[in-house]
Amino acid sequence: MAEKIIELKNIKKTYDNGFTAVTDFNLYVNKGEFITFLGPSGCGKTTTLRMIAGFELPTEGEILLNGKDIANLPPYERPINTVFQRYALFPHMNIYENIAFGLRQKKLPEETIRRKVKRVLELVDLEGFERRSVATLSGGQQQRIAIARAVVNEPQILLLDEPLGALDLKMRKEMQLELKSMHDRLGITFIYVTHDQEEALTMSDTIVVMSEGRIQQIGRPEDIYNEPKNAFVADFIGDSNIFNGIMIGKLKARFAGGEWSCVDDIPEGTHITAVVRPEDVLLTNPEDGTIQGTVTSVIFKGIHYEITVEIGKSEMVIQSVHSAKVGEKVGMRVNSDNIHIMVAEDNTNYFTVDINSKFRLEFNGNVLDTSVTKILKGSKRLEDGTLVDANGDAIDPARTKIIASIQPQDMDMTDHIEDGLVDGYIKNLIYKGDHYSYVVHTEHGQDFVVDDEDLWNMDDHVGLIMPVEKMEFKVRR
Amino acid sequence: MRLSRKALGIPYAIFLVLFVAAPLLVLVYFAFTNGKGQFTVANFTGFFTDPNTLGTLFYSLCIALVTTAVCLLIAYPTAYFLAKSRFHRNGVLIMIFVLPMWINFTLRITALKEILTLIEGNLAYFPFLNSVIGMVYDFLPFMILPLYNTILRLDDSLIEAAKDLGANDRSAFFKITLPLSMPGIISGVAMVFLPSMTNYVVLDMLYNSTYIMGSLIGSYFSAYNWNGGSMIALILLAIICIFTILTGGDEEENRRMGGSLL
Repeated sequence: MAEKIIELKNIKKTYDNGFTAVTDFNLYVNKGEFITFLGPSGCGKTTTLRMIAGFELPTEGEILLNGKDIANLPPYERPINTVFQRYALFPHMNIYENIAFGLRQKKLPEETIRRKVKRVLELVDLEGFERRSVATLSGGQQQRIAIARAVVNEPQILLLDEPLGALDLKMRKEMQLELKSMHDRLGITFIYVTHDQEEALTMSDTIVVMSEGRIQQIGRPEDIYNEPKNAFVADFIGDSNIFNGIMIGKLKARFAGGEWSCVDDIPEGTHITAVVRPEDVLLTNPEDGTIQGTVTSVIFKGIHYEITVEIGKSEMVIQSVHSAKVGEKVGMRVNSDNIHIMVAEDNTNYFTVDINSKFRLEFNGNVLDTSVTKILKGSKRLEDGTLVDANGDAIDPARTKIIASIQPQDMDMTDHIEDGLVDGYIKNLIYKGDHYSYVVHTEHGQDFVVDDEDLWNMDDHVGLIMPVEKMEFKVRR
Repeated sequence: MRLSRKALGIPYAIFLVLFVAAPLLVLVYFAFTNGKGQFTVANFTGFFTDPNTLGTLFYSLCIALVTTAVCLLIAYPTAYFLAKSRFHRNGVLIMIFVLPMWINFTLRITALKEILTLIEGNLAYFPFLNSVIGMVYDFLPFMILPLYNTILRLDDSLIEAAKDLGANDRSAFFKITLPLSMPGIISGVAMVFLPSMTNYVVLDMLYNSTYIMGSLIGSYFSAYNWNGGSMIALILLAIICIFTILTGGDEEENRRMGGSLL
């Protein structure tokens, strides 16, 4: 049984301006573990790290270090050291003084300091650098000194805040391995923060995936990759094809315009999210595939080809050692145990809308009665017609994806096909006590869940009325 | 035909020769000659043997030292607060400190004179104190601005790193913040110390009849003693040079720090 070194209980951090950076954060870390907080920028990972270091105080909750609450201790009273994102080496001191800084605070004798500095410089492979000034070091060397300066204090926990972010790719790969071996040698608990999923998978014993201030999943790298808990994790870790769909029978799901057998036993009629890894899709002749589509792009990636296949309105990305031709009709199969099915968090319908050349939003060929500038916070149209975001950077409509969402109860069905934003056939209905829940399948292979009090029949052709004011929009680039 | 770089430099070269090199040479010439144009070092030895001139030098140094120290003591916390406060971005606060510089110097000192008279009754009671107050009032922005710029650029993560490594607030300030604000302190001191040795207008206007270096040169010149006055100016120049070299005198730095808002 591993020994807990630090435990975060119900941590919440709300800033003075009302922004909640972290909420509902519960985690324990075992002694000697290499744990990584992984998530996109603004997910709260750095804030959490700063609370452990003592630079921020949690609004609520406890941080227990070996069972003692340290949440309100100042940083200099915690046996925890940090490697900062941009190293934060003291420019007015030489390497020796930088590394000795922490030891001097403890008022150790000079002889001990000299010995420890020498040893830690050997550890990071920079023997003889004592008298050098910070400015003469390369990025990678500064990185090592920053690590040396932290570990020389023999902290119980070492915090690393995106320490490799400023290095080039080759250097980063080298340092990843070096950090890992340093962790093994030192036996110190490492808490590492990164937005780089590959880095996290390579180095960590445990990964904590975070998004919007919450923990999405905690697990070993393999588990996080193979069994993502929700669509966010699946999307963030590795390449994935993610589809919204519905269970249509026992171990049977429909998504991406096809019916698939799967291994997850989820009740019929449940809205689901299906994840298929690109390397798990098998290309076949059109007639042998579970679904069919047209190849739209083939990119050679060295050890494999990345093939994009258009299936109605959705896309499947496939990694294959065999090439395909653009425009070719292909079939696709996926082994049932490679289809990962998750219950959708709610029945919200998600769909992609396009930005047209006039910067209006368009769905299914219909222009929506709202403007791009309203959806993209802080964006504005310039006089020359380009669209810029809050930072003044140009927004390329072709590379900006807008995901719209709408709740089932906010949608309506109509017999007058032309009144709807999109039309389709009713493929499933379940009585939910006071209303019916329908699944409408559009000709582009999309499924919409619609709640309605009236009874319609299976295979009725209906138009879907989706009021723009009920939609929510999110931007993905 | 395109102008070559050399051709573009000609006006500046002319300017330098006419207004920098030539006056300096004239100054050196006068300093080392007597009234008849003969070479002499009497002006030099005279300066260092005359108790009056030495007294003036001492008095000037006292005024300059006290002024600089007071400026630094007021400016550092002010600049620190301005740079670290969350309002620093709109620049309004720093403007409040810079704004007086846009009002005519004599007008400001006249106003100060009235205020001091009101408080003290008669300015003659505290001539030294009044002069220092006038100098500080006049030179404070020149101390605040370079300090503000230095502290503003100071990376907060360095202070966090110090605390992370076990330094408390006090220790982090003295080991990290203060040493890293040295460039600003040096620029500020250079911009306050040297002018306050010579700015005799402040003394004149505040009815302090004691001479400082500036008034001393003025008195020599008004008595048509060009040679003695030149020597004092030259000695002052030498003091400035020594000071600049001692403080690591980075002109580039001074201009960058002070010039950005001036």
